[in-house]
Amino acid sequence: MKLKNIRADFVVYARNFLRTRSSIFFALLFPVIFLLVFGAIFSGNQSKIPVYVQNLDNGSPLASSFMTAVNSSGVLSVVNVPQNVNIKDYISQNSISTALVIPQAFSEDIASHQKVNISFYYNPAQSTSQEAEQAIAFVVQDFNFRLDNATPLVLTSTNTVSSSGTQYIDYLVPGLIGLSILTSGVFSLTYLVNNYRKEKIFRQLSLTPLTRGEWLVSKFVWNLIIALISVFLMITVGDLVFGANVSFNLLILPIIFFGVFGFVSLGIIAGAISKSEETASVIGNIITFPMMFLSGTFFPVALMPVYLQEFARFLPLYYVIDGMNSVTLFSNMGSYVVDLAVTAAISIAFFMIALKVFSWRER
Amino acid sequence: MAIFVMQRRLHASDGKSVREKGRFIINAEGLVKHYGSIKAVDGISIKIRKGEVYSLLGPNGAGKTTTVEMLEGLRKPDHGRINVLGLDPFADADVLHRREGIIPQGFNFIEKITAKEAIGYYATLFGVKNRAKELLELTNLTDVADVNFMDLSGGQKQKVGLCLALSNDPEILFLDEPTVGLDPQARRNIQDVIRRLKSEKRTIILTTHYLEEAEELADRVAIINHGKIMAEGTPQEIIREYGDGMKLSVSAAPVLAKAFDGRKGMSARYDSGRVIVALESDAKISKAIRIIENSGQEWSNLKLNNETLEDVFLSLVGKKEKE
Repeated sequence: MKLKNIRADFVVYARNFLRTRSSIFFALLFPVIFLLVFGAIFSGNQSKIPVYVQNLDNGSPLASSFMTAVNSSGVLSVVNVPQNVNIKDYISQNSISTALVIPQAFSEDIASHQKVNISFYYNPAQSTSQEAEQAIAFVVQDFNFRLDNATPLVLTSTNTVSSSGTQYIDYLVPGLIGLSILTSGVFSLTYLVNNYRKEKIFRQLSLTPLTRGEWLVSKFVWNLIIALISVFLMITVGDLVFGANVSFNLLILPIIFFGVFGFVSLGIIAGAISKSEETASVIGNIITFPMMFLSGTFFPVALMPVYLQEFARFLPLYYVIDGMNSVTLFSNMGSYVVDLAVTAAISIAFFMIALKVFSWRER
Repeated sequence: MAIFVMQRRLHASDGKSVREKGRFIINAEGLVKHYGSIKAVDGISIKIRKGEVYSLLGPNGAGKTTTVEMLEGLRKPDHGRINVLGLDPFADADVLHRREGIIPQGFNFIEKITAKEAIGYYATLFGVKNRAKELLELTNLTDVADVNFMDLSGGQKQKVGLCLALSNDPEILFLDEPTVGLDPQARRNIQDVIRRLKSEKRTIILTTHYLEEAEELADRVAIINHGKIMAEGTPQEIIREYGDGMKLSVSAAPVLAKAFDGRKGMSARYDSGRVIVALESDAKISKAIRIIENSGQEWSNLKLNNETLEDVFLSLVGKKEKE
């Protein structure tokens, strides 16, 4: 392998890449747009669950202090429902998933020490209304304590398990970094190998002293640079826009290095074994799709059913994302070392297979 | 022969050149190549001398490109032996490609790379001096040196291919249909460059289906059809051997043909209003005209046709087609 050949091929490839606007868009801007969209959907600001409350005991101070308690639970936000409507019709007409009705005799019954029922309507299919149910039960309990002037004796104090407070976005950033390494590596190389074969560029290169190994290394180096720029952009945008706490931890670099190496090799394998551009894109999708959703990209693997969690352990991207999470979320060095070792082993295996199946001479 | 002797003296200090001079530097025997059940090349043998322009002629699908690609080391023959500069083109491709320049059929390059960049890239890969300026001037590409490959015209793209093939200063050039699909001016332009390369005593293997191109540029020609060589030699040799030579024709009555009965080196026949006289050589032209004048017959519209390689080619390829 000659460094000057790798460098010459790298310069040619980089020039061609930079002169193609769509490739810059897909490699650099697309992951950031993904981050902005998913970050906006899941960011903490709008996580309060709306609760529609029909207060039939209007004007009573007890009823309004109950409503204030619901509103200040931190989880729920009260939306008022007019007194003169049938709550069931109102719920179905407005597609409401969580509602409360405070009965007319609310303060009267409490004053006379009679039990009073607040009706709670919820949609079991909606995970938010289950959360709302728990929050309301907590608010009711607390309200009862205060009516009795009782002092709770057992209290909890909360601590987060990671070094700094963890939000969903902190989870999303490494996941999307993994995703962008996967897709840009696999898709760009699958396309490139097919296109170069179809356009007879490989035949042209085979007439020069450039070797396949040198060509592969130059593609890998360029993709690594693109990946590092993309990582930098995503961490910066995650921090500036959503206040994510993912830092530029140097330990994620070896993971990214082997991740890019492995996925570039995988893309070359996919391009080499597919006979046409159509099959190439199908094979590219078959490779990337399961990994995209089952490797902990958008949500933690732990949320999935056990059999899918087992399946995830066969996906290379799982180790890339888990390795980054081990560093950025959990500071779990043991897990990091295992993830890095597995990523490196998979990448090297993919590279060997790529060298074996990828030829630029026609048979 | 005189030229040959002079060359010897010029290269006397270069022992290798002297030994290779006049010798066959490409020697292929009994080449056979199948694609599935189709026999693309069926027992072709070719010998090419150093400094020779050798042209492979044939219709599409005749097996020209497959033959050339085996000589280039891009394909491995199913049967047969090839020796190029003493080496096996397939096994020793890496060594030979440093001494050869190749424009494969349908030359193409990376879309958004300029001619100048491409030449620089090749120079680095081959470890030779970057001759971009010189090569771009040679091929008239200086004005478009900084235009992306994809934005060039067909002729300009082909000339970029020529620049790349020349970037390592090759001894042997393989040009596979370098002028196909180009407008006449672009074609002429490339032919001028080939002529120039010929004058530099490079060995050139040129495939083409433009017959006048082969006739004009090639020292020797092989006409290929159905994977076989139909005829081989200098264009003149082929015309002499397979053609009908010079033809003279006039509009006249059939009886005029009788005036040529028994004349040496001439034979006449009548065909749809014209009497056609086949002549053995140019020397018979004036004699034939005298015979016509002295015949006392009415005649008009005299035409003289020298048979070209194209006529021979059509009759050879057509003949085979009918079998």
